[in-house]
Amino acid sequence: MPYFTGEESKARAGVAAGDTAGRGAFARMLDSDIWYSFRHSPLTIGAAIVSLILVLAALFAPIVAPHDPFDPASISIMDSFYPPVWSADGQSGFLLGTDDQGRDVLSTILYGMRISLAVGFASVLLAMMLGVTLGLVAGYVGGVTDTIIMRIADVQLTFPAILTALLIDGVARALAGPQAYDEIVFGVLVLAIGLSFWVQYARTVRGSVLVEANKEYVLAARLIGLRPVTIMFRHVLPNVLGPVLVIATINLALAIITEATLSFLGVGVPSTQPSLGTLIRIGNDYLFSGEWWITIFPGITLAILALAVNLLGDWLRDALNPKLR
Amino acid sequence: MFAFAIRRLIQAAGVMLVVALISFLMFRFVGDPVNQLVGVDTTPEQRAQLREDLGLNDPVYVQFARFVGKAARFDFGISYQIKQPVAQLIASRLPATLELSFVSAIFALLVGLPMGVYTGLYRDTLLSRLFLAISLVGISLPTFLIGILLIFIFSVNLGWLPSFGRGETVSIGGFWTTGLLTRSGLVSLILPAITLGLFQMTLIMRLVRGEMLEVLRTDYIKFARARGLSRRAINFGHALKNTLVPVITITGLQIGSIIAFSIITETVFQWPGMGLLFLQAVQNVDIPIMAAYLLLIAFLFTLINFIVDLLYVAVDPRIRLGGTAG
Repeated sequence: MPYFTGEESKARAGVAAGDTAGRGAFARMLDSDIWYSFRHSPLTIGAAIVSLILVLAALFAPIVAPHDPFDPASISIMDSFYPPVWSADGQSGFLLGTDDQGRDVLSTILYGMRISLAVGFASVLLAMMLGVTLGLVAGYVGGVTDTIIMRIADVQLTFPAILTALLIDGVARALAGPQAYDEIVFGVLVLAIGLSFWVQYARTVRGSVLVEANKEYVLAARLIGLRPVTIMFRHVLPNVLGPVLVIATINLALAIITEATLSFLGVGVPSTQPSLGTLIRIGNDYLFSGEWWITIFPGITLAILALAVNLLGDWLRDALNPKLR
Repeated sequence: MFAFAIRRLIQAAGVMLVVALISFLMFRFVGDPVNQLVGVDTTPEQRAQLREDLGLNDPVYVQFARFVGKAARFDFGISYQIKQPVAQLIASRLPATLELSFVSAIFALLVGLPMGVYTGLYRDTLLSRLFLAISLVGISLPTFLIGILLIFIFSVNLGWLPSFGRGETVSIGGFWTTGLLTRSGLVSLILPAITLGLFQMTLIMRLVRGEMLEVLRTDYIKFARARGLSRRAINFGHALKNTLVPVITITGLQIGSIIAFSIITETVFQWPGMGLLFLQAVQNVDIPIMAAYLLLIAFLFTLINFIVDLLYVAVDPRIRLGGTAG
């Protein structure tokens, strides 16, 4: 059990005394078990700091990046294949070297991470909304609706997510045609990854809803004549969101990896607007001729990003699991 | 037991039928099969004739029934891009993928199991921590990145192992090619097999570790210690033996994923298997190959699940086969 430092017990007293709402919420956060377990896990703090730095660097890529790799005026083919700055032929302007088109590798990584994170967040959001809604409906309505939704989930679980994503990508490619496909590629990726990850949310939420639906507050809400939709989304939903948050964090790492994999396989983000996976694929062609930095640096960035988010997810899972406390 | 098997079989058939329906819908409605098969100089009359010959004017349910009937005889039509029967293409690629997958599974088991036992027995040694760190990396790193890193280290820098292809293969009986009998074939297999098996290895290691930790706390282990049995007899004869049921189950179930994940490994190492064929089909919008691959993978998954379910019941008599089983 957590022991209380002077500050914490003061915060605790503040809550008990009925502080103002804003101060109370902040104090409550400082006092919570989650914050406690966070402060006492150096690995988690490290992962959080690394994640934060990477997300901020990606968000402010246009400001942070030393070059604009997508501005044709600023890149020159004469600058291509410079090794990183610490090797003999390095150029001082290009910290991690340049790629085949003379683009600064560090800058392409920062811009690429932006796309990787954007696709990752968007597809997790889609999977979450879809899965939570279907899980709520399946659990609350029950009967035939429940059976149909959960059977679809079972069939989809038969395949690994990457295969589902590849198939959706292939079908979209066939339906749209090559030109139109390039314009909708981000939408297709989000759809493909989102649709391959919804099952886990649906199963978890359905399980929690089955427990919640018999509790007194739901019965009371029914009794005063609230509509099922209101009960589902306003009353049941907030009570089943804990596990959803954990799945979402772990899924974010998976979604980023899946996007990178699709892009690496050549069915994802095009090379005109490369994500980390695309950068690794482009660089992979030059691995054998000795220009290792073009592929290894984006690879390391992807690995660190995935590892940091994974560690955060692991911590969140343990922190929210009352059995482990 | 028999009733249980029958019930599982019916469920499996249901799943296969749904997958067949998805596969059929892709085949029939994503792009026009006639346009894909003919050139620009084909007359409208010839097109209409072909449409009639392919049975595309029949009611949809008749077409679906015909699709299922043909699929049961491994007839998946002709590839749009390569213009060869899909079944033949897949059959020629199947040995490469299956060999890679099984070698990976064996690698995962042979390395993951001892690592799991060790980390379970000696929780806090330096080596245990190292193993756990490796497992975390194995789970976080994408497969293709592991492959690239291995190529970078062992092919580009050290020059020890080949980085692509299957090496020399030997034909057995005219329908199976194997790389397991030649030196170059075996050497070519090492890096892809490690790449593909690493994730499963970490999974098995974590599973064995968890199971060992749990079993070592039980009363019968304490009792065995009290009887003065040797550590070896306790750890391996009693503890490990009882962790093996879930390990075998999970490993079995993972074989399906290994086959599906070989898409990525085959691309990194240009391994001439089914996965590479499927990926090229996705890039070139070659629907018949995609549909056939989907069905094949679903079939393998369902088959493996079915066998594992039966084995599970056969191995562990505690599992009850009541009306709610399955």
